[in-house]
Amino acid sequence: MPAPLLPMAQGWAPPLGVVATLPGPADFPAWRQAARRLVAAGIPPERTEWVVEGELPGLLAEAPPPEAPAKPFSVPRAFLDQAEIAIRHSDPARFALLYALLWRLVQGERHLMQAATDPAVIRLAALAKAVRRDAHKMHAFLRFREVQAADGPRHVAWFEPDHHIEEAEADFFLRRFAALRWSIVTPRRSVAWDGQALAFGPGGRRADVPPDDAMEPLWRAYYAAIFNPARLKPAAMRAEMPRKYWRNLPEAAEIPRLMAEAPRRVAAMVAQAAPNPRPQDRRHLSPHPGATHLSRAMGVAPAMTMPIDAHPDPERALAALREELLARPDLPDFASRATQPVFGEGPVGAALFILGEQPGDEEDISGRPFVGPAGRLLDRALIQAGLDRGQAYVTNAVKHFKFTPTGKRRLHQSPDAGDITYYRPFLAREIAAVAPRLVVAMGASALLAATGRKLPVLKTRGQVVPGLTGPPVFATIHPSYMLRLPDPDAQAEAFQGFVADLLAARGQAG
Amino acid sequence: MELLQKLEILADAAKYDASCASSGTTRRNSLSGGLGSTEGSGICHAYAPDGRCISLLKVLLTNACVFDCAYCINRASSNTPRARFTVEEVVQLTLGFYRRNVIEGLFLSSGIIRSPDYTMEQVVRVARSLREEHGFRGYIHLKTIPDADPGLLAEAGRHADRLSINLELPTAAGLESLAPEKSHRRIRHAMAGLRQQIEGAEAARKEARRARPDRFAPAGQSTQMIVGADGADDGAILGTATDLYASYRMRRVYYSAYSPIPEASRLLPPSPPPLVREHRLYQADWLLRFYGFSREEVMAGGQGGMLDLELDPKTAWALQSRASFPVDVNRAPREALLRVPGLGAKTVDRLLAARRHATLRVADLARLRVSLPRVLPFVVLTDHVPRGLEAEGLRRRLLPATAFAALAKPRQMALF
Repeated sequence: MPAPLLPMAQGWAPPLGVVATLPGPADFPAWRQAARRLVAAGIPPERTEWVVEGELPGLLAEAPPPEAPAKPFSVPRAFLDQAEIAIRHSDPARFALLYALLWRLVQGERHLMQAATDPAVIRLAALAKAVRRDAHKMHAFLRFREVQAADGPRHVAWFEPDHHIEEAEADFFLRRFAALRWSIVTPRRSVAWDGQALAFGPGGRRADVPPDDAMEPLWRAYYAAIFNPARLKPAAMRAEMPRKYWRNLPEAAEIPRLMAEAPRRVAAMVAQAAPNPRPQDRRHLSPHPGATHLSRAMGVAPAMTMPIDAHPDPERALAALREELLARPDLPDFASRATQPVFGEGPVGAALFILGEQPGDEEDISGRPFVGPAGRLLDRALIQAGLDRGQAYVTNAVKHFKFTPTGKRRLHQSPDAGDITYYRPFLAREIAAVAPRLVVAMGASALLAATGRKLPVLKTRGQVVPGLTGPPVFATIHPSYMLRLPDPDAQAEAFQGFVADLLAARGQAG
Repeated sequence: MELLQKLEILADAAKYDASCASSGTTRRNSLSGGLGSTEGSGICHAYAPDGRCISLLKVLLTNACVFDCAYCINRASSNTPRARFTVEEVVQLTLGFYRRNVIEGLFLSSGIIRSPDYTMEQVVRVARSLREEHGFRGYIHLKTIPDADPGLLAEAGRHADRLSINLELPTAAGLESLAPEKSHRRIRHAMAGLRQQIEGAEAARKEARRARPDRFAPAGQSTQMIVGADGADDGAILGTATDLYASYRMRRVYYSAYSPIPEASRLLPPSPPPLVREHRLYQADWLLRFYGFSREEVMAGGQGGMLDLELDPKTAWALQSRASFPVDVNRAPREALLRVPGLGAKTVDRLLAARRHATLRVADLARLRVSLPRVLPFVVLTDHVPRGLEAEGLRRRLLPATAFAALAKPRQMALF
């Protein structure tokens, strides 16, 4: 026999076998205490037998576990967590399995719980999983019947769990139904809640629980009505709701009828299909399902042939532009994936027309320009430059968010020259309506949109260049450029440069 | 009309909404009063013979509707019998069912009657009564109506765990031809509004010190698309889904295979798509969200914009990407193992833990209950090197000899 790692109790000779008797079938604290003593006494799993009080005695020599002072030792949390659940399993070998694993853990296999392919570890996981599933099915398939007693309603349920889960799961029903008075009867145990305390007692019989109650016809009717006969998948149903539960589920009595009638009901539905479109249906039969109703009704012209000043009143001109952007039939593909066009914001007649590239995620959601991270940076810079955002007109060269989806985020995708060209007539009309003194173009896309030329931003910044239409264009960086700089010092420096640009623009606009 | 008859009509009218989730909300219990609890994971209290979970009392407040959507049984021009619950009837049904432990809560939707505001107000009254008059702590999912007043939506979000708006059809043109009163633009706008409110409430609760601000739909928003009612292919459907997840932080996008309804409009296809198409879309959706696949990769396993109906999308992709295999189970990173057909995320994590202490063999995979015929062609183990990865016959060997392959055949509705 190998020398035990833990000291044995003095003056005690190990018998051939030891029987550890537990007071209940799922009493984890009692098992833990007994196991501690056995480990302390150096009794290996093969010489240990576990029995539950009142159940059949074992085969090994009758000897109680030693009364050795159990020296504390530690085991991985993962073992305790699984063991506490697995001990509720009805497999009589569960105690021995737990002890065998414990023995290996204290004998030096410290990483045993990570050995996911070890048969004993797999068995432990399987037991715990079965218990959890049983508990989940109890939460799901236990049915209360309402009984009218002299002192008010009581809720009574009959359930047949596979494992010893009654006491562990009583808390679930307490958390859920603390305001009711209820009892749950199983073949092995009963649990009662009187509004004050939980009481556990011996098991009962199905006949102890009323067979139905006043709402059962409604529940059965609901079950039958929510079933879709056109998608019969009985195997999927049985996988999640095995037959063994059916005898205690009132709605299960409907299953044979629902399945038998399904083919006839589907055939009847097919036969019932409206033979000819009714008058109401006719309006769906549009000859061009691809084109939008609105655009056809409006008969809008392609972007390039738009008049520069459709409305003499600039406010109305901006409103018309906004309406038009909502429903143009020729928008680029990415526009249909955005939530909405994001239009400019600010007063007509503003001296500064601040132009960015395109709306980002937050702008797309809120429908307002520069409200995301870059917008917050712009706001800070404007304040430092002594400018009031409310006095400026803020907008973007491209009016829809162009993105690539990545999981729960949308990655900004730069607009290409074609996109900028598409939106340029809208920008021109917007500039014409606002009639600013200076267009502040932030970043390459804005500069391209406003000047028609591909100018290098870092070389052009701080300069005034001619615009394609109307007012001159002042070039600067886009605030998101600063957000992309990894180094905080470089960020701070870029921010000061941006503020200086805005101050210069303010001077230019007079 | 009797309550039972109303329930039959209004549950029948609600069953085309696939969502029945009751998970992912805040933890609540009734130890300090009220009725009910929510504990993170959802509970399916029953399953119908269509294989769908029954977790919530899923009903319409009324199936009368002024809209005329061709795919919907409740459209204005259908001859389906109409009914309408009172607010109190829905409240009492919910509480009565809940006390008997047959549901986790309520999923309430409604046909549009009079106006979007009027309809939304009725729906909100049910939730308000459950929460405020009856202290109901169970799960509430409300369908929101895109054009309803923001004040009503705010109150709906305060009472509900989840809010949803169905996109209905995967493409804007499809929706417009089948549902003239609806538009993708307005629906997306409403989804954006929900995301704003959900995130705004989360941010406010994080910052708040004492009096915590109200929650807003803590289980987030979801949506549903009908598959097979218009011409959109799987690639288009998954494209729309990935946009929805990224744009509006959807917790779930549900795919509902178009199912024949009584009095079907002639605009709809005469036969439904095979149910397995819906199943493949869910599998693909899972690969996109949890397995690091891009939409393009998933679609590469199919043909002509459609997923492979006979094989699951991961196996179909692997057959088209044989250069990525075999993967060494003892050395490959987690991302590569997740791409092996037949290995799920849980199995991968157990393999990663196990290989730190031992080298893995075929028997180890078998002990983890992995399907060896599916996995072995794609992996290397200490005692296994796959042969025939290039073979033409690999696809045939991987075809499961199960009911699924049979299900993949298009269904014809038999008249008799």
